[in-house]
Amino acid sequence: MTMVDAGERMGQAGQAERSATVPDRGATSTLESDAGGRPVTDARPGAAPADTPPGPADTVLATRDVVISYSGAPAVRHVDIDVQRGDVTAIIGPSGCGKSTLLRCFNRMNDFIEGAGVTGQVLFEGIDIHASDIDPVELRRRIGMVFQRPNPFPKTIYDNVAWGPRMGGYSGDMDELVERSLVDAALWEEVKDKLKQPGHSLSGGQQQRLCIARALAMSPEVLLMDEPCSALDPIATGRIEELIESLRGRYSVVIVTHNMQQASRISDTTVFMYQGELIEVGPTARIFTNPEKQQTEDYVTGRFG
Amino acid sequence: MAAGAAPRPRVTADQLRKRRSRSLKEEVIRLSLLGSALVSVFVSVGIVSVLLGEALPFFGEVSVSEFVTGTTWTPLLEPRHFGVLPLVGGTLLVAAIAALLAVPVGSLAALYLSEYASPRVRRRLKPTLEILAGVPTVVYGTFALAVVTPTLQAILPDVRVFNALSAGIVVGIMILPMVASLSDDALRAVPQSLRNAGYGVGATKREISLGIVYPAAFSGVISSYLLAISRAIGETMIVAMAAGSTPRLTLNPLESIQTMTGYIVQVSLGDTPAGSIEFQSIFAVGLGLFLMTLAMNLLSQKIMARFRETYS
Amino acid sequence: MTASDRFRADSGRRHRRERTFRRLALSATWFGVVMLGILIVGILKDGVGQLSLDFLDNFPSRKPEQAGFKAAIWGSVWAVSFTGVFSVPLGIGAAIYLEEYAHKGRLVRILELLIANLAGVPSILYGMLGLIAFVRMFGLETTTILGIEVPFGRSVLAGSATLTLLILPVIIIASREALRAVPDSLRQAAYGIGATRWQCVRHHVLPAAIPGMLTGVVLALSRALGETAPLIMIGALTYVAFVPETPYDLFTAMPIQIFNWASRPQLEFHHLAATGCIVLLVVLLGMNGLAVWLRNRAESRKA
Repeated sequence: MTMVDAGERMGQAGQAERSATVPDRGATSTLESDAGGRPVTDARPGAAPADTPPGPADTVLATRDVVISYSGAPAVRHVDIDVQRGDVTAIIGPSGCGKSTLLRCFNRMNDFIEGAGVTGQVLFEGIDIHASDIDPVELRRRIGMVFQRPNPFPKTIYDNVAWGPRMGGYSGDMDELVERSLVDAALWEEVKDKLKQPGHSLSGGQQQRLCIARALAMSPEVLLMDEPCSALDPIATGRIEELIESLRGRYSVVIVTHNMQQASRISDTTVFMYQGELIEVGPTARIFTNPEKQQTEDYVTGRFG
Repeated sequence: MAAGAAPRPRVTADQLRKRRSRSLKEEVIRLSLLGSALVSVFVSVGIVSVLLGEALPFFGEVSVSEFVTGTTWTPLLEPRHFGVLPLVGGTLLVAAIAALLAVPVGSLAALYLSEYASPRVRRRLKPTLEILAGVPTVVYGTFALAVVTPTLQAILPDVRVFNALSAGIVVGIMILPMVASLSDDALRAVPQSLRNAGYGVGATKREISLGIVYPAAFSGVISSYLLAISRAIGETMIVAMAAGSTPRLTLNPLESIQTMTGYIVQVSLGDTPAGSIEFQSIFAVGLGLFLMTLAMNLLSQKIMARFRETYS
Repeated sequence: MTASDRFRADSGRRHRRERTFRRLALSATWFGVVMLGILIVGILKDGVGQLSLDFLDNFPSRKPEQAGFKAAIWGSVWAVSFTGVFSVPLGIGAAIYLEEYAHKGRLVRILELLIANLAGVPSILYGMLGLIAFVRMFGLETTTILGIEVPFGRSVLAGSATLTLLILPVIIIASREALRAVPDSLRQAAYGIGATRWQCVRHHVLPAAIPGMLTGVVLALSRALGETAPLIMIGALTYVAFVPETPYDLFTAMPIQIFNWASRPQLEFHHLAATGCIVLLVVLLGMNGLAVWLRNRAESRKA
């Protein structure tokens, strides 16, 4: 259980740092069950609150002793992390370290991979997302995802953004939602006069921002980004980084990146993984200047990976 | 935290729960798709049980050993004999003639397409050959009667109006594109490095094609032969129209014969009452046909699976 | 004589053999094309003389000069249309299940084995299945179930149901290939924003796969159009001098009519069979052209 303890400590450290924002959110929340500002862990069978140490109040996403394996071979081992609400959390590590696998586990995208299995708990707002009565579809509506390569639908720019809310039964003003999502994704000015053109007509960087707008249109709690800039040139990458900067605070962002400079520029917390294991997690500034573990130091100073 | 960001209520477990109405709709769709997929199971079970259901009463009247080893097939004339060997012999004679034509010609064509033809020529020739595979068998039958048989009669005066040779040649033309196309796929799966090894020791293209590529692709090529011969055995219209309806155990291709499929067609053209022994006999013959083609198809798939394992 | 001299002498013969082999292989390739040419010329020579509007608009007759193809053409149209109506949803549905829903377990392996082997079952055996299961329905008394008259008898419905089972494996295999060609990133994009399986399939995967599927469907239906043996088995060879008006009507079909004419002793009927072949081949050529056009359109859209 030492790993869990470590996770707890790290979580608490995060809580202390951001505690100023917590009452704010909790107080304005109108939901009864949410009155204490604490995540709701109700009495679902198999996920009794007693045996799930609840994360700190502003932990939006947490893992508890998570092991992810493909056909029995573990790709991620015993990972405990707490993702803070409103933060940008970067997961770094050499290729094949399991960082994307871990990310895809947060919204159960690994469900589509034959032979993938998860043990341990992934808690979203304190709720075990692998519990039998949880609908992965509902989960993914609240935890959005942006992929390595821009993958707009073969539809118009407008429909790319509107499709998700339409499928989700959105009853508000669709034009307004599309505009707001595109504004939030810093794409509105470039596309406002060509909303009826196909999404594929945009440049790579614009396509990726369209994919971000598509995810934001679902007003997700968390936005997962799997190396979103790996297929983009430096200028397009810079724009995506600015965009992520602007999302900080409103959305909780978890970004997987192989680019250490990127992680150090944009993230509040950095998670370092190596060979499927969580090596170190902490405030980004500390991880990059004063890491505790030798492996972390070797990696961030470019000695391997 | 950005100013003016609307604070949102936290997600609750209730919101993440499965919704009955939507789960129901998704489940209904899933089940109907599963139902479509299971049609294949029903068809397979259906074919086997229909054949067995009618053939079993037949084998109550005619012993299996008489059926399998008998050399006289006179189901419509007294005294009746139900020895299936003349029909099997006719079927195999036609299939053998077809294979004698299609296997060498198809293999050479495949070697040309894979080893000699430029991509441009290949792109044109292969679809043209595949048109041959799309010609309806009744058109081939008409072609056999109208063109092939008269031509054969002009060359060999002994050729009957209905004969195994004409049917076999036309069946061979029909399965030719199958041999060429599938063998071409197999030959092209052979890695280029093997060919380069041959060029490296100064071999000619012919020596490489026949000495290296063809042997390396042999299991894939054999699998295509088996598939094509299985198709020839099951072919119905060409033989029903051109091979005749004289069950005869013979190796003479100039004679009129009858194949298994030809017999089935002959009986179903007459008004044979269901439940009669003639009616049941076509299912016994059909069962034999089913087992023969199934065995060849399974063997072909097995060999092909091993071939794919070698080069992938 | 030195070793290199021997090599040179050898290589002359090797190059002659090389040339001979190349010519042999080339002629083998052209053999098929030439045969196709002979077949077309032979059919045209016998059949083109009788080709006329009367031929297309007359019912079959005992007098060759009055006999026409009308009942056969319309019978084929009816039978193939219903075959399409039955086989397309079933085949595409099965393909969607296998590609998008099923876990790669034992069920899928069994289904794949069955489908591969069903594709190789001689068509006449499908006819025997159709005769027992659809025409006679295992000897069922005539009755009406859910508004459908059963057994089907020797009707359009029985013929279409039989042809459906025959071409189902072809449609499933082609549709699966089309589904597999749809990039996974599209599925991830849809699932990533909380689409259900069916929403993803219905709105993204199917629209992308349909052009490829249509090519397979058209080719499968052209196979159904040319099939003869299964229809003979279910008894579609009766003398039919009318156009079907309901799916329960008796029918004949183009290949059946051709077979009928070719089996008669008189030469005039043999020529009519050739004329029928011309019409059948023209229709099939049109369908093949349609399939190629659909495939090219799908490919150019992808690029």
